[in-house]
Amino acid sequence: MSYLQIRDLHKSYGSVQILKGISLEVARHEVVCLIGASGSGKSTLLRCINALETIESGEILVDGDQVTGLGVNLNVLRRNVGIVFQSYNLFPHMTVLKNITLAPTMIGGISKDAAEQRAIELLDKIGLRQKAGSYPDALSGGQQQRVAIVRAMAMDPQVLLLDEITAALDPELVGDVLEMIRELAVGGLTMLLATHEMGFAREVASQVCFLHQGKILERGTAEELFENPQEERTQQFLKRVVTAGRL
Amino acid sequence: MINVTPTQDTYDARLQPPQAQPPAVVPLTAASVIVVILTAVTSFYALAWLYAYMYPQPAGAFTKAVFVVLWLATWLPLLPTVQALRSARKSRNALQDNGIVIARHHAALGRESALTSLGYSVAIVVLALLVAFVSTNDGAIARTFLRPEFIAQAWSDVLRAFWVNVQVAIGAEVLVLVLGLVIAIMRMLPGRAGRPLRFLAVLYTDVFRAIPGIIVLYLVGFGLSLAEVPFFKDLPPIVLAIFALTLTYSAYVAEVYRAGLDSIHRSQWAAARSLGLSYPQALRTVIIPQAVRRVIPPLLNDFIGLQKDTALIGVMGVIDAFTQSRLVGSAVFNLSPVTVVAIVFVLITIPQSRFVDRMIEKDQARQRSGSN
Ligand SMILES: Nc1ncnc2c1ncn2[C@@H]1O[C@H](COP(=O)(O)OP(=O)(O)OP(=O)(O)O)[C@@H](O)[C@H]1O
Ligand SMILES: [Mg+2]
Repeated sequence: MSYLQIRDLHKSYGSVQILKGISLEVARHEVVCLIGASGSGKSTLLRCINALETIESGEILVDGDQVTGLGVNLNVLRRNVGIVFQSYNLFPHMTVLKNITLAPTMIGGISKDAAEQRAIELLDKIGLRQKAGSYPDALSGGQQQRVAIVRAMAMDPQVLLLDEITAALDPELVGDVLEMIRELAVGGLTMLLATHEMGFAREVASQVCFLHQGKILERGTAEELFENPQEERTQQFLKRVVTAGRL
Repeated sequence: MINVTPTQDTYDARLQPPQAQPPAVVPLTAASVIVVILTAVTSFYALAWLYAYMYPQPAGAFTKAVFVVLWLATWLPLLPTVQALRSARKSRNALQDNGIVIARHHAALGRESALTSLGYSVAIVVLALLVAFVSTNDGAIARTFLRPEFIAQAWSDVLRAFWVNVQVAIGAEVLVLVLGLVIAIMRMLPGRAGRPLRFLAVLYTDVFRAIPGIIVLYLVGFGLSLAEVPFFKDLPPIVLAIFALTLTYSAYVAEVYRAGLDSIHRSQWAAARSLGLSYPQALRTVIIPQAVRRVIPPLLNDFIGLQKDTALIGVMGVIDAFTQSRLVGSAVFNLSPVTVVAIVFVLITIPQSRFVDRMIEKDQARQRSGSN
């Protein structure tokens, strides 16, 4: 059974319908990439899954349990489903270490020492151990995003949602962040990521979904979708991406 | 290879090259010389009046010398004008040697010198006018507000009474910090359940920002004991004064907090909630600490306002510094004791402003440097 199931999801902001019936399944250890033009609803979808937005209709199931509707323990849901945004992820008034250990100590029931030790280990893996005492402002954008991923990972989430986390970065910083995600993918972490990095999507994704105006217009393996897109819209989108030099 | 097809050529419409001539120095210098002379004349009268007021009998030679030196000092802005004229000459010479760049350079320096002279002259004139105002009419102003013997006489009494102002200010500030935050948070409680509390918070800020502080002081000071309200009627007036000022200033400070809380980017909420923090946890660890940092300067402004308003607590029968100074002042029929209060307020306010400036700088430096 899929770990994450989305059935006929609808979402509007005011009278504007943003998501018009999204259905999607993500199995354990699977990496699913969402692609699509700006404004197609990728971020909105991810925010709905993390219950940062309320939805009109449809269901979202995490590990077989419906997490939409009233009375759901969102704090538990969010411990299982981590999310990293495009920017403004870190808390600027806390050191890197405090950023990472805040949630584990506060709600994960882990002692401060254990949480810090774990945080240092995680930072060590991405070569940012010496930045543990720094404030986010003193880190490059790429370093900040990697710390944000570490912070999400410190809660041991079952699935990680990544929302265009390289979109705000200078090109030379993108590589480090993608490398980190690649390693997580190799390690078997379930991920759902919205991205404009088509080359990367092609490499790591087991499933690629093309979103167009609030619907998943086409989906398939990376090979199917990139080599042999069926829908005209998909073809046009990929053509634009190629012209922009991003594939 | 990209093909270039110019659609429009703007070269003909370009700006003409900047004026080649160096800017004029001499007219500006002449103006500054005139101002220096006017300054010296003004200063002469100001010093003469001051001398006449301070020394009804002819003073000693030393004192006279001091006054003469002071007056000569008002001519000092002449030095930059000399420098300006020198630069003007250099500029002219350079121009004759065809060194237009050097000529412009010297001309610019010359104008800067002339402007420097003007700046100092204006400052001296302002000071001279002040001295003249204070010592005019044989020192009527000074005798009313600045009599040294009355100041010395009132000093200790007023200072002792000022301790009351300090206590009231500190007490009210502590309470305001708490109550203001509570109201600000009440005002942003979410959902249907929060609506009645939100409404109460809005009502509170609207009402207490509308009522003049002095009226709240009066009503609380006399009303509570007049109505024999249990507990409150037995409180000393100084505590009631603290309550009254807290009521008024919590409304302002709640608004300051609210602006700070609103200014935290929405994604900080999202980031905190997405980590699994509950609403109160996110508020407490992520939003409030960032908001408080941002509101310190406006918060201190309100605190300075509060400190000054402690001078109003006399209306409820508390003897504070202002009341005390008026008592002393009416006894000697002079306002110098009140000047003492004014000076004391200035003296306690300035360090606070500097302190906050330094705090902000430190905070920014720490976040920039990135190590603690
Ligand atoms: N809070 C909001 N209120 C109103 N409309 C919103 C809000 N957030 C997003 N939208 C609208 O929803 C649509 C989908 O936005 P979304 O951010 O999901 O797009 P996206 O696919 O992530 O685009 P991008 O690639 O630029 O990030 C957009 O048209 C946007 O204007
Ligand atoms: Mg987006």
